[in-house]
Amino acid sequence: MSQAEDIESVDEDGVIESVSGPVVTATDLDARMNDVVYVGDEGLMGEVIEIEGNLTTIQVYEETSGVGPGEPVQNTGEPLSVDLGPGMLNAIYDGVQRPLDELEEKMGSAFLDRGVDAPGIDFEREWEFTPSVAEGEIVEPGDVIGKVPETASITHKVMVPPNYEGGEISSIETGEFTVDEVIAELDSGEEITMHQEWPVRRARPSDEKETPTEPLVSGQRILDGLFPIAKGGTAAIPGPFGSGKTVTQHQLAKWADADIVVYVGCGERGNEMTEVIEDFPELEDPKTGKPLMSRTCLIANTSNMPVAARESCIYTGITIAEYFRDMGYDVALMADSTSRWAEAMREISSRLEEMPGEEGYPAYLAARLSEFYERAGKFQLINGEEGSISVIGAVSPPGGDFSEPVTQNTLRIVKTFWALDADLAERRHFPSINWNESYSLYRQQLDPWFRENVAEDWPERRQWGVDVLDEEGELQEIVQLVGKDALPEDQQLTLEVARYLREAWLQQNAFHDVDTYCEPEKTYRMLGAIKTFNDEAFDALEAGVPVEEIQDVDAAPQLNRMGVADDWNEFIDELESDLKQQIRALY
Amino acid sequence: MKEYQTITEISGPLVFAEVDEPVGYDEMVEIETPQGETLRGQVLESSEGLVSIQVFEGTGGIDRNASVRFLGETMKMPVTEDLLGRVLDGSGNPIDGGPEIVPDDRVDIVGEAINPYSREYPEEFIQTGVSAIDGMNTLVRGQKLPIFSGSGLPHNELALQIARQASVPEEEEGDDEEGSEFAVIFGAMGITQEEANEFMQDFERTGALERSVVFMNLADDPAVERQVTPRLVLTTAEYLAFEKGYHVLVILTDITNYCEALREIGAAREEVPGRRGYPGYMYTDLAQLYERAGRIEGNEGSVTQIPILTMPGDDDTHPIPDLTGYITEGQIVMDRDLNSQGIEPPVNVLPSLSRLMDDGIGEGLTREDHGDVSDQMYAAYAEGEDLRDLVNIVGREALSERDNKFLDFADRFETEFVQQGYDTNRSIEETLDLGWDLLSMLPKEALNRIDEDLIEKYYREEEAETAEVEA
Repeated sequence: MSQAEDIESVDEDGVIESVSGPVVTATDLDARMNDVVYVGDEGLMGEVIEIEGNLTTIQVYEETSGVGPGEPVQNTGEPLSVDLGPGMLNAIYDGVQRPLDELEEKMGSAFLDRGVDAPGIDFEREWEFTPSVAEGEIVEPGDVIGKVPETASITHKVMVPPNYEGGEISSIETGEFTVDEVIAELDSGEEITMHQEWPVRRARPSDEKETPTEPLVSGQRILDGLFPIAKGGTAAIPGPFGSGKTVTQHQLAKWADADIVVYVGCGERGNEMTEVIEDFPELEDPKTGKPLMSRTCLIANTSNMPVAARESCIYTGITIAEYFRDMGYDVALMADSTSRWAEAMREISSRLEEMPGEEGYPAYLAARLSEFYERAGKFQLINGEEGSISVIGAVSPPGGDFSEPVTQNTLRIVKTFWALDADLAERRHFPSINWNESYSLYRQQLDPWFRENVAEDWPERRQWGVDVLDEEGELQEIVQLVGKDALPEDQQLTLEVARYLREAWLQQNAFHDVDTYCEPEKTYRMLGAIKTFNDEAFDALEAGVPVEEIQDVDAAPQLNRMGVADDWNEFIDELESDLKQQIRALY
Repeated sequence: MKEYQTITEISGPLVFAEVDEPVGYDEMVEIETPQGETLRGQVLESSEGLVSIQVFEGTGGIDRNASVRFLGETMKMPVTEDLLGRVLDGSGNPIDGGPEIVPDDRVDIVGEAINPYSREYPEEFIQTGVSAIDGMNTLVRGQKLPIFSGSGLPHNELALQIARQASVPEEEEGDDEEGSEFAVIFGAMGITQEEANEFMQDFERTGALERSVVFMNLADDPAVERQVTPRLVLTTAEYLAFEKGYHVLVILTDITNYCEALREIGAAREEVPGRRGYPGYMYTDLAQLYERAGRIEGNEGSVTQIPILTMPGDDDTHPIPDLTGYITEGQIVMDRDLNSQGIEPPVNVLPSLSRLMDDGIGEGLTREDHGDVSDQMYAAYAEGEDLRDLVNIVGREALSERDNKFLDFADRFETEFVQQGYDTNRSIEETLDLGWDLLSMLPKEALNRIDEDLIEKYYREEEAETAEVEA
């Protein structure tokens, strides 16, 4: 979190009046809404959330045990802000952008103590700055003035802060600097450093939003193949516990073809965050071959960390994402889980004794959710470039019931819906995304991209798959009543084809070295192989071959091995010719 | 220490008192009744001039003249290695007639969160000797894996079996004298005296008591005390694990009673209720318990949790199991039908899950085929289950040969694999071999989740032939 160090600007101290969990009220505090304050003798960080007469209500980001009335409250006079600059990639923060590794060092313990603050970026470290503009050039807010090689895969672009006026560059430096050393001066008198601060609750400015036309390729067959999300799009993954929300989010964070990934672990399990911290540095980006961690920023606010910081971590994440977007990057933000965020709002709201809306959630739930998702999109930036933020939010509906307020309000906003299904998860069909309930409203606008970059008949082939699965859904209802053998042969064959679609194509093993990532071409060809089986089998059926014989051809079960095949192109070539040959041999 | 005789209101478990000095949130309070009884409580809300206090032992006997003392500190647990072998009440006082506890340290019971950066990812396999767990839902050190049960189901037997048999395979071979020791901490919240006796007798019978600490809050003990008991348990667990290097297994029973107490206090405080009257912060509150499991980098010890909860009406969408499932790393689900069929333990593996399983199994940890075998058994059992519904309508004869094999598989899976009795301790090898016995009933082509090399190595042709003949 940004440290407001200029103590001169500190306003009058207030005095604590009452304490109830994370909510503290203070009197005589001269503060504005959303100012950051330090509470009590230990200086616990908090934020002003209500002002009523002389009474100010504060949500505290740390545990408040032992804090009592009479202790002082100090105002920093600044809203909750994040530090932006080189050093955010490869980092892991808590909900108010304190680096967790630094906290461990400062506290000298594996447990999180209170009242310790640390800046979000390293102020000591020197970075190699190379200017990209010369003295005498005119720069405007948002313009890139130079570059810093931040990590192996990402170049950090230093920009004129959006709240500057801009003007002619009167001097610019080259060489190694810390983030708060001045690297350029403008004739307006403004000085530029590599460090910017931005209040988290305000979106960074941009010119306008555009319609996204490029997919965020995830390497997951069911997502790329059936329910794609666009770069700059929004998606929700709701599902009951144990249905694989987190694994899906991790897969996206690992394999999505974004330039930058911001992963927000909001109110989830500690061990899961540890898994990310341990796994990501070892994984390679399939495109660049560089460690995945060098494009990733993690925000971890686990379920037992203070609830108010859980409320803010979503904002911290999206603000960091916007900063990288401003450099012209495609950013993907995963929020796991937005339900915990909503619950944090509910908890604070009930401590404030606000009038509750549906299921105890505050009446402003829908507004906050849409505000957040609206910060996603494909943007025309203020410097004329383009950048995007894709937001993928997990939702954890109580009891897996999608009619609850958080799911419903989210669905009104997002354009891609990946419905996780407990039944599928129980039979270990992963990813357990239900193909009947899920949808993507981006299909149409992304089709041209797939036609051009993967295959001309991508949409038609996908439609074939969808039709077969739909038909299976209807047939299954009959099968439940009369059994499979009572169906006519052609329908039995349809069921068999649909089974391969489900088992060989839709299922994907996230823990298998090869299967974990599936390029769109492979997704397309695997679907093609199943279609080959389908076409050949129906020809054979028409020629009078009994359905059992067709099902039992040796090559058919090989369809299930396509996903794990390393040299998939040859594997599928061979399989397709085997299928043709063996089925044609039957008649 | 200042004493007040300023109680203004007594309502349910809450007492309100006027004060003229500031009192810290969460601070401990002692209340002395006119009869000379001393009750303990905790500050729930502190504002200038007025505090609300929640009394652990219940407010019976308190009147306006009772005197209130604020101890100036939050609740602490006296910890020492000597706690092993002791039996304490729900507030941490010895009730076994043993000597007074001389603490090494006094630790705040509201544990601080473990920094996610400092955690070590759990991947050390714990062999419980129960096939349905080891084979299908493997437990690892540092995991929190609850048992979702219902009233009248034998969850206690299963918990005891795990406590008795839990071991780490490599330690059995090596000189385990030097390695970290195992300790069990048992926290009872609102269970009946009879259930408590069952646990105590088993601990005494097997000699497990000397490596255990027992905390007892029984059904007739005050409900408010239940809020404190699990925190005392976990504080003790963390001390033994991270200060003394023990591998601690924590058994908490019954979380449902804990949540009822939470609701009771919430109602007394006139809070806005959330789902089914439980407070809106129940998720956060439960997380503060469950998240105290884990391992810390560079530290020998570990805290593994097995909380037990009884699902009201066997409904896993009820807020208690629901919120638990969102925090814990999986669940073991007990099933009433299996229980009435006499399966011991009646674990239904389909809704059960262990999230940390994938990293704790496989070559070098358990056996190379473990992951594939477990996946395949899940899929095959699920298919068999589906077919059972169908058989009820159309009868077995109407099914294909393949379907009949899956039906047989599902039956044998329950009666041979899951069924084992509470005194049988199966090694992981035995469990996996048993798995192959069953899988070999199915045709090789149907084993689509298993690597071909592994099928080659472990598939039993004889079994397949027998199955063929029977069919």
